[in-house]
Amino acid sequence: MSASVTLAARRAPGPVAAGLLALRLAWRQLWSEKARLASAIAGVMFACVLVFMQLGFRAALFDSATAVIGAMRGDLFLMHPLTTASFRPEPMPRARAWQVLALPEVERAVPIYLAQATWRNPEDGTRRSIQLIGVEADAGVLDFPGLAPILDRLKRADTIAFDRRSRPEFGAVARLLEERGPFEVQVGNRDMEVVGLIEIGPSFGADGNIVLSDVNFRRVVKERQVSAIDLVAIRLRPGADVLDVQRRLRDLLPPDAMVLTQAQLHAHERGYWEEATPIGFIFSFGSLMGLVVGMVIVYQILFSDIAGHLKEYATLKALGYSNLYLSQVVLGAALILAVTGFVPGMLVSALLYDVVGSATYLPLSMDVARASSVFAMIFTMCAVAGLLAMRKLRDANPADMF
Amino acid sequence: MDSPVELRGITFAYGEGELRKAVLRDVDLTVAPGEIVLLTGPSGSGKTTLLTLIGALRAMQEGSARVLGQELNGANEATRVRLRRNIGFIFQSHNLLGFLTARQNVAMALEQDAALAERQRLDRAAALLGQVGLSEHLDKLPAQLSGGQRQRVSVARALAAEPGLVLADEPTAALDKASGHEVVMLLRDLAKSRGVPILLVTHDPRILDIADRVVAMEDGRIVGASAERNAAR
Repeated sequence: MSASVTLAARRAPGPVAAGLLALRLAWRQLWSEKARLASAIAGVMFACVLVFMQLGFRAALFDSATAVIGAMRGDLFLMHPLTTASFRPEPMPRARAWQVLALPEVERAVPIYLAQATWRNPEDGTRRSIQLIGVEADAGVLDFPGLAPILDRLKRADTIAFDRRSRPEFGAVARLLEERGPFEVQVGNRDMEVVGLIEIGPSFGADGNIVLSDVNFRRVVKERQVSAIDLVAIRLRPGADVLDVQRRLRDLLPPDAMVLTQAQLHAHERGYWEEATPIGFIFSFGSLMGLVVGMVIVYQILFSDIAGHLKEYATLKALGYSNLYLSQVVLGAALILAVTGFVPGMLVSALLYDVVGSATYLPLSMDVARASSVFAMIFTMCAVAGLLAMRKLRDANPADMF
Repeated sequence: MDSPVELRGITFAYGEGELRKAVLRDVDLTVAPGEIVLLTGPSGSGKTTLLTLIGALRAMQEGSARVLGQELNGANEATRVRLRRNIGFIFQSHNLLGFLTARQNVAMALEQDAALAERQRLDRAAALLGQVGLSEHLDKLPAQLSGGQRQRVSVARALAAEPGLVLADEPTAALDKASGHEVVMLLRDLAKSRGVPILLVTHDPRILDIADRVVAMEDGRIVGASAERNAAR
């Protein structure tokens, strides 16, 4: 047989080379219709911003909801198993805090009191519920910004530290403190002296916060038995095995006290807001809607690209291009849209985080973990749209070209 | 020397059951190496279906078709896709990719060959476009070319990958007499210089003079062939 009539032994390009060629073809096709490309990128960008904002709000709300618990420092914590969230604690006997000292690894066990009391606005006299956090002043259990320099003042009788990020309805305490120096406010039915400011921030459970010593706490919340406490922070001696101590404490303590690590305590508090309230669902649903809208837009663009170029795709099949190659072209277009939509979407979102964050005091910030998970979502969204649009490729039949 | 195309007893029908309509009945056809064969006949005579079968664009039903040494009866999709890379197609309309320049369109036919680098593909495309008289129009989009120029680009594309066979379907249908003739003459000269056989379906009596042989079809059968028409004239 002569060479002219046999199949020339042609080596097809490897998968990487073919993929790159497909990607280039996809780009050329997208670039040739710039208005359509711009609308596709805008669609992806829109979905991207929507998802970023929803996830940002979600994380910010969870962060602020768990601000009080998140600032507690300790190796292990005791909590009553019926406590669902810190703003509604179930008290347990103070004896549990002394019982844990039975283990030689335990250096210190600090009882923490949590309660809500009525605060009278020092400016207009209106009353509102405020969260009290009572703990021995220099136990080193609380880590709120601004607390360390005023610890000595909090040891005096009838003194409190006020959360400067509490809602404005509590009165302009920060301004008053600056103008007059320490002044008296009514908390519960007692006059307390505001001696300093700390930063915690409002949450769903509490509009404002006060930190005070355990002794002062009992002066304000008179109905509370001294022996009923809400939380115990345990500090271990250096080198102790936290998980081992946790297991032994569980054996030691009666079932009215749960032993949690710091991470477990945070997770417990966060779990309440995520599962027992619709907050987590609302924002997840919002993100999902953004992705669905983005997917429909991308699908529309890719589908009409294929439908409008059916003859060209069929011609490529006649030239010996496989279905796989053409699928790569469609997926390549989806990838291009994902990347070109994500980058500006992320920049706009970072900008919006700044603007919205400074207006609402919500802790909004762009971080690598969130950016990469949003990119994964946007990429999946575009890929699914591409896979759906690819079904249209079957209509490109080279036999119909003649 | 083996023939590039050898058809034996090709029978093909569209539809199923009572709607079954035979379009090819027991067709035998052989194309010799380097031969230019014109396939003529009224619409519905089955010539286009025959062309799509030879071009491996359609799965066979009955009979045997050896194209470039490959038996097509029972060949799977992958085999047919591979075979198509060795066949140059010229369609009724140019079917160029609208978003690629003339040169990029021709280079597309070369991207299936890993032996060529991008530079070589573009150089070869430019050389071929020069041979069809379009060296001034390398970087124009199809929309910026005339109908005759576009069809010349598709001639260049069909020949770019050095195919073993060229199949053309009414390549002059959309062209006026002068440019139509110019295109088929180019096609013939390029094919002859490379020794590539051409099977060309046409209604157009103006281009019969390029053929080595004219095969007439009617109602799914080959009804007559004028062998060595050019030699006889």
